[in-house]
Amino acid sequence: MAGTKKPKLAVWKFASCDGCQLTLLDCEDELLAITEAIEIAYFPEATRNVVEGPYDLSLVEGSITTEHDAQRIHEIRRNSKFLITIGACATTGGIQALRNLQNVDDFVRIVYAHPEYISTLETSTAISQHVKVDFELRGCPINKEQLLEVINAYLNKRKPNVSSHSVCMECKLRGTVCVMVTKKAPCLGPITHAGCKALCPAYNRGCFGCFGAKETPNVASISKWYAHLGVEQSEISRILNTFNAYPDCESKEEECER
Amino acid sequence: MSISFSSQIVIEYQHFDQLFAALSELGYKIAAPTVREGAIVYDEVTSVHELPCGWTDVQNAGGYELQKRADNALFGYNVGPHSWKKFLHPPSLKLWEAQKNEQGFEICPEVNEVPRYAFIGVRSCELHAIKIQDRVFMEGPYVDSTYEKRRKESFIVAVNCGQAGETCFCSSMNTGPQVSEGFDLALSEVMEEEKHYFVVSVGSIEGQALLEKIVHREARAEEIQLAMDTVDEAREQMGRSVDTFNIQSLLIDNHDHARWEEVAERCLSCGNCTMVCPTCFCTAVEDVTDLTGEKAQRVRRWDSCFTMDFSYLHGGSVRSSVKSRYRQWLTHKFSTWIDQFGSSGCVGCGRCITWCPVGIDVTEEITHICDKDKNDGIT
Ligand code: SF4
Ligand code: SF4
Ligand code: SF4
Ligand code: SF4
Repeated sequence: MAGTKKPKLAVWKFASCDGCQLTLLDCEDELLAITEAIEIAYFPEATRNVVEGPYDLSLVEGSITTEHDAQRIHEIRRNSKFLITIGACATTGGIQALRNLQNVDDFVRIVYAHPEYISTLETSTAISQHVKVDFELRGCPINKEQLLEVINAYLNKRKPNVSSHSVCMECKLRGTVCVMVTKKAPCLGPITHAGCKALCPAYNRGCFGCFGAKETPNVASISKWYAHLGVEQSEISRILNTFNAYPDCESKEEECER
Repeated sequence: MSISFSSQIVIEYQHFDQLFAALSELGYKIAAPTVREGAIVYDEVTSVHELPCGWTDVQNAGGYELQKRADNALFGYNVGPHSWKKFLHPPSLKLWEAQKNEQGFEICPEVNEVPRYAFIGVRSCELHAIKIQDRVFMEGPYVDSTYEKRRKESFIVAVNCGQAGETCFCSSMNTGPQVSEGFDLALSEVMEEEKHYFVVSVGSIEGQALLEKIVHREARAEEIQLAMDTVDEAREQMGRSVDTFNIQSLLIDNHDHARWEEVAERCLSCGNCTMVCPTCFCTAVEDVTDLTGEKAQRVRRWDSCFTMDFSYLHGGSVRSSVKSRYRQWLTHKFSTWIDQFGSSGCVGCGRCITWCPVGIDVTEEITHICDKDKNDGIT
């Protein structure tokens, strides 16, 4: 890239645990190559140095849970040429989207000694529900190789190799034995977006679904099968509602009970 | 004693490890069944002690369980989640690398080191599956050189099934359980009272030469009979069947059968059935670059007709409904494969039934879709 100006990268945080941005710092071996190809212009977790916008590439972590954040994301969008959300929070609302199924005031009263200091929205929502997003990278946290692949694809102006098929495909590619078939473990792999290289099944446990729903997920059928394996209804709801509070899974469950 | 192609030889159980030693000496990497993660998988092994001695499997639609046997059989089970295609047609393979230069870029062909494999314990259905993939990859104008190299180097020790699983249906597909061709050596494992031995047939000159290095003797008539009896037992235990009469046209004629919609309601489009199938051969290629864009490489990996990307043309997926994807898979296996390659694409190994996470049973689907007595399902 000699002679040309390096693209400017910004990393933004909303309601999240920081795990996804940390993935960028975890790219130890590749970090030098990244900084050679791209200028880290705004990344408070890594450096206090701030280069003014606009930014060529913005990575956004976290979900929108406050009025202030709902404003801030628009400003970031205006300041970014290309915007990529990183992780379950930014992409589907994250674990904190569990509040969407309950009354948030009840939580606030239970958790905080002084609920009056808390100013929060009723819901936790994905970035794409507020602004246009150019690419969504899944995972809780995101996978390091996939992050590198997306940055790499952006720099080289090509399509990232990020498949939206099931985790099962990755499970079989690495030769892992299916825990759903051998142990009757309620694995979310068949309806979950690939990207982790089937990490959990490789450690002999079912997929938690932290990458969110895959393309054409069949929640009704898998719920029915979990029940057939002897999993309680309450447990099935819990499994489906952890990381990505699977959209409309409740109505689908009703459907399959019929 | 001289060994001929028609001889029936006996190797005693205590001498069986000599087979491994002889193969290693010839420079083969040995791949064989072994117990891992609660299943019998195929992996590289170095000695007979890594075989699933005294283990068996209990299989059904969407279920697989290992159980202890009352004896110390080495091959007392059926096929598991892996197939030999993982060695002959690797799940992921770098095809080539390219380097940017003044003119554009230069391709450095990938020189994959091809391992010489000896496969131990190949079942009859699997031999047929290998034969099918041979046709796909090595016949016709475009030969897959990776497959060809691996295949030509491989040594096959087949084994006759002495039992059949709940999901096996090779009898009805005419692909087993008796091994018929395509092997270097074929074994039958026999256990009677205190005795434990293998009755061996020879299938190639290489097999013959290898056998000379192992302590052996000629088989007695009653031993040969006992070996044949074990295969009969497998035939009787066969858990499932498919009526293949007219199946090629029946599937096409029932293209709009209501059953396709019903199975699509259960199907997760997860792709497991295609990944475990020993004949499925589809791949996707992905191009990756390094951060600077100076180097690129092309990687090939197994793909499945159950993914949306598989049929992606400009603007979208041609088979966006799960119904169309399931129908594509089943009709290809049992009907259009015959048009394309002159044989069925299914060898009746039952893997797709056992390893479907929601227990969809292809034999049951075919029975409904090809229902010969009544056609009221046709819409
Ligand atoms: S273990 Fe889970 S992810 Fe892996 S194949 Fe089975 S169901 Fe799919
Ligand atoms: S038939 Fe079973 S294994 Fe195949 S894609 Fe459908 S759910 Fe997955
Ligand atoms: S379609 Fe199913 S039974 Fe037939 S060869 Fe493939 S995995 Fe085996
Ligand atoms: S399908 Fe036939 S040959 Fe294959 S494992 Fe079963 S019994 Fe053996």
